[in-house]
Amino acid sequence: MEAVLKMATPWLILILEALVLLVVALLHVAYTTYAERKIIGHMQQRLGPNRVGPRGLLQPIADVVKLVAKEDIVPSGADKSLFYLAPFISLVAGATSLAVIPVWEKFALANVNVGLLVILAMSSLSSYGIILSGWASNSRYAFLGGLRASAQVISYEVAMALSLVGVMLMAGSMNLSEIVKAQVASPFKIYAIPQIIGFFVFMVSAIAETNRTPFDLPEAESELVAGYFVEYSGIRFGLFYLAEYFGMVVMSALAVTCFLGGWAGPFEIPGIPFFWFLVKLYALIFFYIWVRATLPRYRYDQLMGLGWKILIPLALLNIVITGLIKVLV
Amino acid sequence: MAPTVEVVQKQCGHPEWEEPFVVNMGPQHPSTHGVLRLYLELDGENVVKCDPRIGYLHRGVEKLSENMTYTQAMILTDRLDYISSAANNVGYCLAVEKLLGLEVPRRARLLRTIVCEMARISSHLLWLATHALDIGAMTVFLYCFRDREWLLDIYEKICGARLTVSYPRVGGVRLDFTSEIIDELYKFTEEFPSRILDYETLIDVNRIWLKRTKGIAVISAEKAVNLGLTGPSLRGSGVPYDVRKFKPYDAYDEVEFEVPVGKIGDTYDRYRVRMEELRQANRIIRQCLDKLSETEGEPVVAEEAPDLLMPEKKKTPQAVPHPKKGFLVKGAEVPVVPEGEVYVSIEAPKGELGYYIVSDGSGKPWRVRVRAPSFVHISSIPELIKGHMVADLIAVIGTLDVVLGECDR
Amino acid sequence: MEALDKLKERFPQAVLGEETSCGQAMVYVDRNYLLEVMKFLHDELGFDHLADLGGVDYLGWKGKGKKPERFEVVYNLYSIGKREFLRVKVPVPEKDPWVPSVTKIWQVANWFERECYDMFGIRFKGHPDLRRILMPEDWKGYPLRKDYALQPEEEWPEYDKVRAKARELCRYEWGDRKVREG
Repeated sequence: MEAVLKMATPWLILILEALVLLVVALLHVAYTTYAERKIIGHMQQRLGPNRVGPRGLLQPIADVVKLVAKEDIVPSGADKSLFYLAPFISLVAGATSLAVIPVWEKFALANVNVGLLVILAMSSLSSYGIILSGWASNSRYAFLGGLRASAQVISYEVAMALSLVGVMLMAGSMNLSEIVKAQVASPFKIYAIPQIIGFFVFMVSAIAETNRTPFDLPEAESELVAGYFVEYSGIRFGLFYLAEYFGMVVMSALAVTCFLGGWAGPFEIPGIPFFWFLVKLYALIFFYIWVRATLPRYRYDQLMGLGWKILIPLALLNIVITGLIKVLV
Repeated sequence: MAPTVEVVQKQCGHPEWEEPFVVNMGPQHPSTHGVLRLYLELDGENVVKCDPRIGYLHRGVEKLSENMTYTQAMILTDRLDYISSAANNVGYCLAVEKLLGLEVPRRARLLRTIVCEMARISSHLLWLATHALDIGAMTVFLYCFRDREWLLDIYEKICGARLTVSYPRVGGVRLDFTSEIIDELYKFTEEFPSRILDYETLIDVNRIWLKRTKGIAVISAEKAVNLGLTGPSLRGSGVPYDVRKFKPYDAYDEVEFEVPVGKIGDTYDRYRVRMEELRQANRIIRQCLDKLSETEGEPVVAEEAPDLLMPEKKKTPQAVPHPKKGFLVKGAEVPVVPEGEVYVSIEAPKGELGYYIVSDGSGKPWRVRVRAPSFVHISSIPELIKGHMVADLIAVIGTLDVVLGECDR
Repeated sequence: MEALDKLKERFPQAVLGEETSCGQAMVYVDRNYLLEVMKFLHDELGFDHLADLGGVDYLGWKGKGKKPERFEVVYNLYSIGKREFLRVKVPVPEKDPWVPSVTKIWQVANWFERECYDMFGIRFKGHPDLRRILMPEDWKGYPLRKDYALQPEEEWPEYDKVRAKARELCRYEWGDRKVREG
């Protein structure tokens, strides 16, 4: 009995940790939507949600209740199994990436040595959800949105991966905890300064990767109505929504880990080891929201041009420079 | 130019025929500005064929006006371009006045000019808001609506209605401005130029905005005239045709203003023209307000103008049973308009708005024809969209500034 | 008016008459010569802006001016360069209502002519795509003709179908909203 318990304990702890992480992340995602509406509201001279609960704080919960209670409509021409599957692929891919992010030194759910690769793989996977939903809906708008999404995600995937190569070179590791430790040991404390080009490319392609303004072409509501999820309703629509914000949180967390020094800060906050991680994360999420309130949308060909003609060459240049410095110094 | 069923069937048998990727954009679509339906054939993102289909908002305004008296028919013009209803009213009144040979008092002309320019500002603000939203800039939308709200509130103070104002009438205007309204308008004209700067800082130097508008839907001056474009859409191509300058009506010959023109006629030029027009409209309102004090206390309706109210019915009205519904009361006297025909056009915010009225010398118009700028502008979409993409189509609809209420009538 | 004189000089057989109403010059043109007249007006006299094109039905006309035919097609022309206005009217008989299309001269005429066809049933010869524009494609009758009742006896046949569909979908409605009978 004792032996069984001894064997099971690490697993139980792991499951518990995973649950805690998931709940915390879900809360973050829910309140990111609230923050987005509130911040954009104030940027646009209006109030944002303020009816449900004090200052509208219960709005995300009301939204979830509403979405769950809504009828789940499946178009008669749709490919049913794929139609059901697509939102889950998006969501699972987004949520799984969280496992490898080191929130602080002693808390990374899966401290694997190829953490960066896991995240890149997962964000590629999430595009399957989008493409499949566009295909399975059997709707013209959704199909166009799916096509746009596949082209966009693939090309920006390349730029993003290349921008991270510089970080790998400098840290000499793909383990995210190791990267943070290497950053703290480096002269600038964060990689965002020596890797400024990489950081820029990463931020731009991360926005594109998560399909947010100004790269929200797959769901451009003024052209394609809602793009790939135009036929979705109820909680399936909610899952796509959730996946988008999960992607945003994951990308921000990755940027914090790889470029902004992870959990390390100028001074220790006793008792809250993940304080600096969260501060940086919130700052980046605010940046995402700010961009959305400010910029118009790119056109399809301009978007591809930006990706292939500017971002990828820049990322390659960054690799060369980093490599040269690495060899010479 | 959609193929008929037979043609499609014939093509289906052809070995080289591929089914086109047809997208039916609208009539319910967030950025077609109403119930415009576009039948699109796409090749990937490129638009191969575009056929606008209209008529979803057809209310038969022209037929209805033939069965109403001249004063009754005026309220129908409110519902044409509901964004700038005051300008529509003025156009109609000018046409009827020309038939009647009425001279409108100076103060009424000034007041009409003010409400016309207010309509222009509110229309252009709505245009900017939706155009920016279509291209993806969300914040501009709400900024513009804030200022448009202010104007609508002033409209409400002027005549009690915010959207369908029916403020001008044949022979003048309904009511004089109170001093409160004039103060409010002074405050507005004082404040508004800085608001325009706000919008411009938001989008004027934005690289993405420039990329999305420069070089899109370029149209040469000659082509634009041939396509019948008018208003800012024409002036964006460099043709300085403005009815306010070419055939001055109301108080436009008294005030100073410039007619901004573009250079190459792309979406960006049309945007610049409209932004400049906002400034000029503000300037015109300001001048008219100054002139208003000169005409303090003068009448706002011509003496010989027809009454607004239907005169008292005769004691024993000749009730004529209508074949279907109740009784249509005849026997009431209505103002009579002498025989003749006239085409009067004004510079509405969207373009040249023309009224062609034929009178047979009775109390009802024989024929009212509305030359709606939106109708013409929509007909030019297939020409403008040649060789562009779906995303540009949205920009083109936005840049032409169409209102479907006016297009379908 | 200068343009009018030139027109009469060039096409004496085409001009049927002239008039002035409210200070606006009008000229009646025979429909057989319309295309040449319009080409002349556009190319040589500079009437580059076709401001408006519409039909008028004179059935039961009580005015003093005589109307030779039932329909008239009215072209309001404007010259942006010379700031001149001219109205060209073409009488169209009821029996065989056709007019040559001016689409090749002014592209803007395309939709104007379609509307005129839709509303009056006047056919425009040489028009590239003469379809109904404002009314549904299977609409019967021409609404702006004077003998077209404001409230017709018969309803548009499709209307029944639409209403049947609405009644069928009615059971999906929430609450007690019902499709109105009648």
